[in-house]
Amino acid sequence: MKKDIILAGVGGQGILSIATIIGAAAVELGMHLKQAEVHGMSQRGGDVQSHLRISDNPIASDLIPQGKADLVISIEPMEALRYLPWLSNDGWVITNTEPFINVPNYPEKETVLAEVKKIKQHVMLDAEKIAKDLGNIKVANVVILGAASPYLGIAFDKLETAIREMFGRKGDDVVNLNLEALRAGAKIAKELN
Amino acid sequence: MKKALLLGDEAIAQAALDAGISGVYAYPGTPSTEIATYIQNSQQAKDGKVHSIWSANEKTAMETAIGMSYAGKRALCCMKHVGLNVAMDPFVNSAITGANGGLVYLIADDPSMHSSQDEQDSRALAKFAFIPCFEPSNQQEAYDMMFDAFDLSEKMQIPVMMRITTRLAHSRAGVTRCEPRKQNDVKLHPNPKQFILLPAIARKQYNELLEKQPALETASENSKYNVYTDGSDRSLGIIACGLAYNYLMENYQDEPCKHPILKVSQYPLPRKAIEKITKECKEILVIEDGYPVYEEFLKGYLNQGPAVKGRLDGTLPRVGELNPNIVAKALGMPATRGEDVPALVVSRPPSLCKGCPHIDTYKALNEVMEERGKGKVFADIGCYTLGALPPYNAIYACVDMGASITMAKGASDAGSLPAVAVIGDSTFTHSGMTGLLDCVIEKTNVTIIIVDNSTTGMTGGQISHAYGRLEHICEGLGVEKEHIRIVTPLPKNHAEIVNILKEEIAYQGVSVVIPRRECIQTIGRSKTYN
Repeated sequence: MKKDIILAGVGGQGILSIATIIGAAAVELGMHLKQAEVHGMSQRGGDVQSHLRISDNPIASDLIPQGKADLVISIEPMEALRYLPWLSNDGWVITNTEPFINVPNYPEKETVLAEVKKIKQHVMLDAEKIAKDLGNIKVANVVILGAASPYLGIAFDKLETAIREMFGRKGDDVVNLNLEALRAGAKIAKELN
Repeated sequence: MKKALLLGDEAIAQAALDAGISGVYAYPGTPSTEIATYIQNSQQAKDGKVHSIWSANEKTAMETAIGMSYAGKRALCCMKHVGLNVAMDPFVNSAITGANGGLVYLIADDPSMHSSQDEQDSRALAKFAFIPCFEPSNQQEAYDMMFDAFDLSEKMQIPVMMRITTRLAHSRAGVTRCEPRKQNDVKLHPNPKQFILLPAIARKQYNELLEKQPALETASENSKYNVYTDGSDRSLGIIACGLAYNYLMENYQDEPCKHPILKVSQYPLPRKAIEKITKECKEILVIEDGYPVYEEFLKGYLNQGPAVKGRLDGTLPRVGELNPNIVAKALGMPATRGEDVPALVVSRPPSLCKGCPHIDTYKALNEVMEERGKGKVFADIGCYTLGALPPYNAIYACVDMGASITMAKGASDAGSLPAVAVIGDSTFTHSGMTGLLDCVIEKTNVTIIIVDNSTTGMTGGQISHAYGRLEHICEGLGVEKEHIRIVTPLPKNHAEIVNILKEEIAYQGVSVVIPRRECIQTIGRSKTYN
């Protein structure tokens, strides 16, 4: 099994937490992993991405070649579009529909979503609304991860275990909130496809 | 031992601890910061009483590491590439004195300038200083190499560079650890005279350094990190340096490469392997993630040897970070690019955080400077450099750490007034203090705004050496007390900040204005080492 995943968003939206959860699950399964992150200046409200590669075999490059990504997982709809050159012909885009507007020339939300709809295989969801309904808007990133879970090639319970390990120190409430977010996202993805 | 999932920086930090360092010395700088941070948070480092507190700048960091080496213990000194410019004096001269305890300089380059003002290649400086250089191709190799780097440093009595790039520094992979090695005891050098660089001794030591070079070349030839893989198609031979090797191999996942490949991860170049590949192959492709340092070296000025391809002849782009696609193109492989980015996607540059104190300072400064004309504000390296971007457009120049104060002095000397500097608290103690002393000595007409957010913000909120002593430093350097003005940058204090700036700009001498409010990212974090 081999998955090349681009995680996208804006600095501070929590793409690294998603990467950590997938990474922990993959390592638990004995898989190889490489995950290139963005630190430094771009973290200040700029566009950020992480190249996450998991495979049963050793991985050469830290960066995913263009046209080879199996998945683009984005916490922001315009950011999902930025990485289309990396998406493979049969790849999936899983994205939040709620824009993060911190530039004056951000395009109309509807035109952005119309572009996402043109992508052959996509899952769109309002992760922030779902997170808010669960009680904390901060778990929107984990909702998105849940929506991506059917396409990861990793058993769902392994992701749950990774969440328990990652948030265990913060107490049961935080663990349960994140598990609920993961399940809510997964449920929507199944309903949509 | 179970694999740990580590950033390249973290793998290097763990390796240095396991190789028995007694201290890490560093100033924060992307992409090297996480090395020292990891050691600061490590229980193993605490148990071993490994020094890990930040230094004031890269020069003090390197000199302290050198002192630890002279005392017989192992020391790691880390910095970003431009930090090495600051530390150039101890860097070059410690090669002349030689090392005692293992001494490794970890330099993190930033091709494509993700978070830097240039993309200089530190391998060229290792060559310049006549010291060996390791360039890992992945996280595990970075871990393993650190042991060899320290061993080579002690065996050859020479500082050793390990050069990485942003991509390796900030990429995570599984790393298997080795058994930790004990720290060295204090052990003075039997011939300490070599550490005294009086001209007569320096001349002798310089010759000794040159005499070490053949042995360093032999070490490279025998290095397990320099690997020759033969191939049947000798129309092309490929020399892949450091991380570039991964981008090369990414393109041969389905079928093996038919061309001979020489992977280079230890310098000076392994001469015998270079001679073999250039003799056997019709053309040579050199792939380096940085400057075409060794491509140019192999090509030579007269370019009369075998054809050497790479960044200089357009086979690879002349500038910027490499990736698998760029290397594929150089090998004549078809492009794999997916769909184009839709036209409506706009760029999203970094910006000051919502609620950042620098916003309030720039709003007031822009109002004051409005009637005083453009081109009067010199800024520095840090989050506040973002004041160069809209909506502020507040800055005329930004060059290097500490330069705001001295550039403003130069402008003032030239008669371009008012002359205003904007510098952060940590950048000020890094290398702004000496420039301020120059201003004080001459009573230069400058207004220096030290934006004090009580942290080293851009690199993630490390402790600032200026914390709790900023105005005392200014006073100690001779700034008049009544012209050191402290204000809280908040929207409600806008009129007060504007007034203070106007008054101090009107003053025909050295003024320091300190807008002081903590970085909103670090609120609640401890600001001292206790």
